[in-house]
Amino acid sequence: MRVNFTVNGRPQEADDVWEGESLLYVLRERMGLPGSKNACEQGECGSCTVRLDGVPVCSCLVAAGQAEGREVVTVEGLADYSKHRDGAHPGTGCASSDCGTSLDAAKRWQSKPTDGRTGEAGDLSPIQQAFIDAGAVQCGFCTPGLLVAADELLEQNDSPSDADIREALSGNLCRCTGYEKILDAVRLAAARQEETV
Amino acid sequence: MGVTGSPTNIKQGSKTKGGIGESTLRPDGTLKVTGEFAYSSDMWHEDMLWGFTLRSTTAHAEIRSIDISEALATSGVYSVLTYDDLPTEMKNYGLEIQDTPVLAHGKVRHHGEPVALVAADHPETARRAAAKIKIDYVELPVITDEASAIAPDALLVHEGRDDHHIGHVPHPNIVHRQPIIRGDADEAAKRAAVIVTGDYVFGMQDQAFLGPESGLAVPSEDGGVDLYVATQWLHSDLRQIAPVLGLPEDKVRMTLSGVGGAFGGREDLSMQIHACLLALRTGKPVKIVYNRFESFFGHVHRHPAKLHYEHGATKDGKLTHMKCRIVLDGGAYASASPAVVGNASSLAVGPYVIEDVDIEALALYTNNPPCGAMRGFGAVQACFAYEAQMDKLAAKLDMDPVEFRQLNAMTQGTKLPTGQVCDSPAPVAELLRLVKSRPLPPEQQWLSAGEDADVRALPGGLSNTTHGEGVVRGVGYAVGLKNVGFSEGFDDYSTARVRMEVINGEPVATVHTAMAEVGQGGVTVHAQIVRTELGVNQVTIHPADTQVGSAGSTSASRQTYMTGGAVKNTAEAVREKVLEIGRAKLGTYHPAWATAELLLEGGKVVTDGGEVLADLVDVLEDEAVDLELEWRHRPTVAFDLVTGQGDGHVQYSFAAHRAVVEVDTELGLVKVIELAVAQDVGKALNPLSVVGQIQGGTTQGLGVAVMEEIIVDPKTAKVRNPSFTDYLIPTILDTPTIPVDVLELADEHAPYGLRGIGEAPTLSSTPAVLSAIRNATGLELNRTPIRPEHITAT
Ligand code: FES
Ligand code: FES
Repeated sequence: MRVNFTVNGRPQEADDVWEGESLLYVLRERMGLPGSKNACEQGECGSCTVRLDGVPVCSCLVAAGQAEGREVVTVEGLADYSKHRDGAHPGTGCASSDCGTSLDAAKRWQSKPTDGRTGEAGDLSPIQQAFIDAGAVQCGFCTPGLLVAADELLEQNDSPSDADIREALSGNLCRCTGYEKILDAVRLAAARQEETV
Repeated sequence: MGVTGSPTNIKQGSKTKGGIGESTLRPDGTLKVTGEFAYSSDMWHEDMLWGFTLRSTTAHAEIRSIDISEALATSGVYSVLTYDDLPTEMKNYGLEIQDTPVLAHGKVRHHGEPVALVAADHPETARRAAAKIKIDYVELPVITDEASAIAPDALLVHEGRDDHHIGHVPHPNIVHRQPIIRGDADEAAKRAAVIVTGDYVFGMQDQAFLGPESGLAVPSEDGGVDLYVATQWLHSDLRQIAPVLGLPEDKVRMTLSGVGGAFGGREDLSMQIHACLLALRTGKPVKIVYNRFESFFGHVHRHPAKLHYEHGATKDGKLTHMKCRIVLDGGAYASASPAVVGNASSLAVGPYVIEDVDIEALALYTNNPPCGAMRGFGAVQACFAYEAQMDKLAAKLDMDPVEFRQLNAMTQGTKLPTGQVCDSPAPVAELLRLVKSRPLPPEQQWLSAGEDADVRALPGGLSNTTHGEGVVRGVGYAVGLKNVGFSEGFDDYSTARVRMEVINGEPVATVHTAMAEVGQGGVTVHAQIVRTELGVNQVTIHPADTQVGSAGSTSASRQTYMTGGAVKNTAEAVREKVLEIGRAKLGTYHPAWATAELLLEGGKVVTDGGEVLADLVDVLEDEAVDLELEWRHRPTVAFDLVTGQGDGHVQYSFAAHRAVVEVDTELGLVKVIELAVAQDVGKALNPLSVVGQIQGGTTQGLGVAVMEEIIVDPKTAKVRNPSFTDYLIPTILDTPTIPVDVLELADEHAPYGLRGIGEAPTLSSTPAVLSAIRNATGLELNRTPIRPEHITAT
């Protein structure tokens, strides 16, 4: 069958898709977008998380046909997506000061490019840059899924508490980091976001 | 000579940024956050086929026949291979003992053993064709534990064994056995005021790295093959792959592709030979990607263990003696079992001073899943048991468990049970002090937010199973001892190639090693080391491949020590070469060229007094300095097979944990509130990564304490939970805050004084959590993982 959908803002068309193929397979093997990862293909790890019409989903559990006519955002499109996000963030806010990293603490985190291939802030979304800066990336296999999930959290809630972050990311497994630096990264991105809003 | 940078017009020198000791960021970070980093499962090639492995559905059986005709006739299928298609006489591989068949022949010895291979144009086609292969199995009785392995009528898992361990084991179903005897434990026991014994069970843990086993084999025109794969040690793979393919090593070119975690699970081969065989047979590129189900069969696990311990202490709390017996289940194939036995025995006593010991560790051959390397490597199981014993002794003596440990803690100069003297700092007591002196997290935190309980902070979380009633808190401590690097006389070396040249008017260095970057951050520290030694800002890390000498394995906490050491050593030699060139070209401009100690800093040659002599650009001009050198740590020896004596280890590392847990005693649910850790790292080359490694290792230890276990049916030896639905690893909700204290007591024998980091935090994390649960519940709890039914006794 043929599937027409929009991926990272660009209309795409996939031919000869077998009915059982997942959206993840079509993205990775047919569209040449391997950013979404295949760690379990069972909906258990979140590595394949993409946004389907804005909603984070495990793309390994979505049949490719279900994406017909819809909008998909993958990690490859995250920087662009976050740049063009509509309006202000409708988050609920958090009055107490113990939510997330303070602005002061956030400012102490600085991206220090180490060589030609390291993160000059250029084309990264705030959450992508924060993951690099906070040391939240080790093997990085969980990272694309976590970034898509964390970006959506920050879109909904611009100053999430630690409990909010844990709840939002509980569907994403990471085997390397122990999560502490992932929490740091989300707090950092939230604090930086607060600074620019 | 056309020198433009004569000494008179050079600007003041400056320190090079991004050297060792700084938290520089990963060079691959940007690629990883944008999705551009190419992991092994992301490989793609024009006209590529998909490989699939058919695996045995039974644990122990004779194979009477295999019928592939229907599979082969499936449209879209290019090739189906079985044992009969292997091209040479070499049909097995293995890390230490070549006992693992590439494809089962005659027999299968464990559930999930590879039997046949299919290559097809779509992964689903390959899978469906594989399902049409008919295998006639004749079931055999399964060997699943020590009793069935050494029973008088036991079948031999490997008949006709002829490896070098066979002469020293009491039964052919024992892979390897290592006793360590020192002093007279029975005599010393007479001095004991208290004696405690315990039997402990450690479950089978899985590495559960997220990036599945995968890779791409591309046949080349010279009859060889190019393999892009995720592994921990390219050269070890190569040594095992080439003979099976019947190719010389230089015709199997291996390149590391992105590795999504490893933790020991990629030390053994998985799909490497299979993909190469299919590629060579079909003449097309072949990609294999395991799904999660297959991944649980595709790599070895951590050895489950049964441990019996006895300790004694005087009434003042001094340890008198220790006896133990550690039985590790190695499963159907040897993998790294002999070395795991060496570790389990030589580290069985932990970081304590005990003169008189009687230790025995052994690994069995059974029909359970094969077990081999996993983070902590034999030391983890022992630590779980000896730390439980320390708590028992302290309780019996009515002493504080931390003080009791400190009283018996080893220090620099302590002689270990193997007779080896620890000749570097051993801050065991200090690490315990650090975790103990941290303020405890406030009680009943679920209440502190307001009048209603925040159920998210309680055991059971959003399942809303308690609002605090029946919830009790416990605190527990543990400390562990791990060796760094490969032990027992192994020729453990690493190779680095470092090149320095001027590109676009800038001095640039390139580092080329075969080190597998599996997420640990080796690529970051290599650049830092080169910046420190060569004073250049621009460092390029060449992809790891087999075009350069071996780097050894990314395991045993050894890579920063070993390949980091090799990079340092080679960079130093490059520096000498550069200075030689400088002396020849510019030596007449300044007497310091001949008399002073010279360094490279900020792109310049400077004296140790800080005086700038030349720009590197002018020294090098269009010359390049390019060296490849091997580097070794000090030698070790094999343990004596009877007494276990010998200087077997290179270096030791230490970590301590304090766990705080809350337990819902009604439902048996555990919430770990905090897991504080202190570790000595010798020298933190990259503090940010050091903390990340410690937190990651701690979390894997937490996992095995409360949830992780591969469950093997004792009647059939079949794996019951090969999925992330049923094999649980900690999520962000299961993982508490992990505050980290880092000590930097230099080991004078190591590069920069550093100490391997990755494994030590995995050791003490588990017993600390267990100790805290015991403290909360008053239960004995002698197995891991702890499940609700153990707490509620239902
Ligand atoms: S790959 Fe989709 S949830 Fe794991
Ligand atoms: S960084 Fe490796 S799985 Fe998260």
